[in-house]
Amino acid sequence: MREHLDARLASLHSAGRKILVAYLTAGMAPNWTEMLQALAAGGADAIEIGLPFSDPMIDGPVIQRACVRAIAAGTTPQGVLSEVARLDIEVPLAVMTYYNLVFRAGHERMAGMMADAGVTGAIVPDLSLEESGPWCESADRHGIATVMLVAPSTPEERARLICDRSRAFVYAVGLMGVTGERAALAPSATAIGERLGPLTELPVCVGIGVSSPSQASQVSAHADGVIVGSAIVGRILDGAEPDEVAAFTASLRRGLDANARSAGA
Amino acid sequence: MGPPDALGHFGSFGGRFVPESLVRACVELEQAFGSAWQDPRFHESLGEILRSYGGRPTPVTECHRLSERLGVRVLLKREDLAHTGSHKLNNVIGQSLLAARMGKTRLIAETGAGQHGVATATAAALMGMSCVVYMGEVDMARQALNVFRMELLGAEVTAVCSGSRTLKDAVNEALRDWVANLDDTHYCLGSVMGPHPYPWMVREFQRVLGDEAREQCRELLGGADPDWVVACVGGGSNAAGTFAGFASTSARLVGVEAAGGAAMTHGLPGVVHGMRSYLLQDEAGQISEAESISAGLDYPGIGPEHAHLADIGRAVYDQATDAEVLSAFTLLAQTEGIIPALEPAHALAWVVRNAGTTIASGQSVLVTLSGRGDKDVAQVRDLLSGDVGSGQQVAVDPAGVPER
Ligand SMILES: Cc1ncc(COP(=O)(O)O)c(C=O)c1O
Repeated sequence: MREHLDARLASLHSAGRKILVAYLTAGMAPNWTEMLQALAAGGADAIEIGLPFSDPMIDGPVIQRACVRAIAAGTTPQGVLSEVARLDIEVPLAVMTYYNLVFRAGHERMAGMMADAGVTGAIVPDLSLEESGPWCESADRHGIATVMLVAPSTPEERARLICDRSRAFVYAVGLMGVTGERAALAPSATAIGERLGPLTELPVCVGIGVSSPSQASQVSAHADGVIVGSAIVGRILDGAEPDEVAAFTASLRRGLDANARSAGA
Repeated sequence: MGPPDALGHFGSFGGRFVPESLVRACVELEQAFGSAWQDPRFHESLGEILRSYGGRPTPVTECHRLSERLGVRVLLKREDLAHTGSHKLNNVIGQSLLAARMGKTRLIAETGAGQHGVATATAAALMGMSCVVYMGEVDMARQALNVFRMELLGAEVTAVCSGSRTLKDAVNEALRDWVANLDDTHYCLGSVMGPHPYPWMVREFQRVLGDEAREQCRELLGGADPDWVVACVGGGSNAAGTFAGFASTSARLVGVEAAGGAAMTHGLPGVVHGMRSYLLQDEAGQISEAESISAGLDYPGIGPEHAHLADIGRAVYDQATDAEVLSAFTLLAQTEGIIPALEPAHALAWVVRNAGTTIASGQSVLVTLSGRGDKDVAQVRDLLSGDVGSGQQVAVDPAGVPER
């Protein structure tokens, strides 16, 4: 039985484990569901399944390319969710989607489809706090945890409001920019972890610009977990097989665990 | 047409649907615009530049021969006579002054046909700012001369190779640049679209053309307002500026989209580029491409205030086909000696189609001639001569417009 995102992360968090959330664009490769299994096998604590969108505004070239491929392959939100419903996978699943796909489907209908598919979290990066009300109500009703984002540019008071509205974890945006691998970790990635920790009981996970085991390790000294997307998607675009994806995920896992031990010591 | 609500809504449209990283930048821009727009000194500098540099006020021309031909009284607001050849400069001068006031030193813009890119490059040169224009790879090939114009003006033109490689993707790319360079960069958005405050701010910067036109029409019409006010709609900035000047009159307002990009006619409500409006999209919500002979109207959405004006019935929106547009283009050239841009030729085409029917004989019509056609003559030559190099051949018969 797949555990709920909220419950699973809360228990990991209280046990002191650093959280690894792995992202994958649905439909980007014919074997994308095998890739989900590989991410789980490699030690991801939760998986974010990206619904491909024609205009992925906050994504860099790698995820853009994955979206183009997935859409060209005929991937639709409904198709993705019905495949996910059939998956035998234990880690909690969240859907990451641009808002138009939710809006077009209808809030209630999309939340219902997610719930039916066993998805328990949603991340909608272009849905600002001000506009989030109707979706959040539907999501709450269907037991979908809506994860909200806080950016380095977010003022204190607003960050508090966003943390209050967030469920399961708080998505701390690591840098001012689009998704994608960076050679070095931005100072903002560690700073935002420190800043948000005191504002919320939820685990704070840092994403965007976190791509290597050592970056994951560095960030996790200042936050409760990391979200890694482009590094995984990029490898799959470059032809990585599921076992290679699992191995890469395991290397991220080790980066985090090393830190958890040293931090806990 | 007043300001939107506090969250940037025009009725159920508009808003601010942006990643959290961009929210603060939008809030700062909203505050900066709000205070500048209350500041008489800002209006003074803006008015001065538009006058001494931009060529404002532009005239309203009464089209005697065309009027006789159509049986309705046609007046043109001549934005083709503004510097850089279109209404786009009004917005760009406003935004670049605002950017300077906010301490920004770099302008970025998206462009489709290149007109807004040229205007932004022009303003950047005037203000001593650096400038990067994002343009779809496909559009760069179609509008090579405008690419060179922007480069001559000192701008860097960056090809957008993502998505459909056209205008909508250029908007995404400009937003991506902006989020990474907020400290020194202002995103000079080219139409009444995008997240709050853009639709409101751009409409206010374009209002000058509608305000001028209203007074000019009253002079020509013995104190009366025109029966009809017609403008083409891509994102909808020249139409919004025009309508702002006439919304409180009894004039009937008509926006004309390209048949291949008619978001209002064929679109559904949706959210992209930071706003809720009508969008061309598939069933799941993937945004489609617009396609017409006029690159400047090839935008799959429409500004949110237009969606609202349609909703409340204050304006109506219709479309014109490529063939009608070519006909109207040549008709204006041959009856009035004015070569319009293909974009406002859509507005003219609507007037030609409806003169004597929807527009009763003898009624007056103001058409916003949003730009001049120099940029389009090569394409039109190819279309008329059957050279399919830049598109399909379209049957056109300027003489086929019925005499009345
Ligand atoms: C001359 C002209 N008119 C109209 C438009 C369409 O823009 P809008 O609908 O914002 O006025 C363009 C865009 O490039 C243009 O160049």
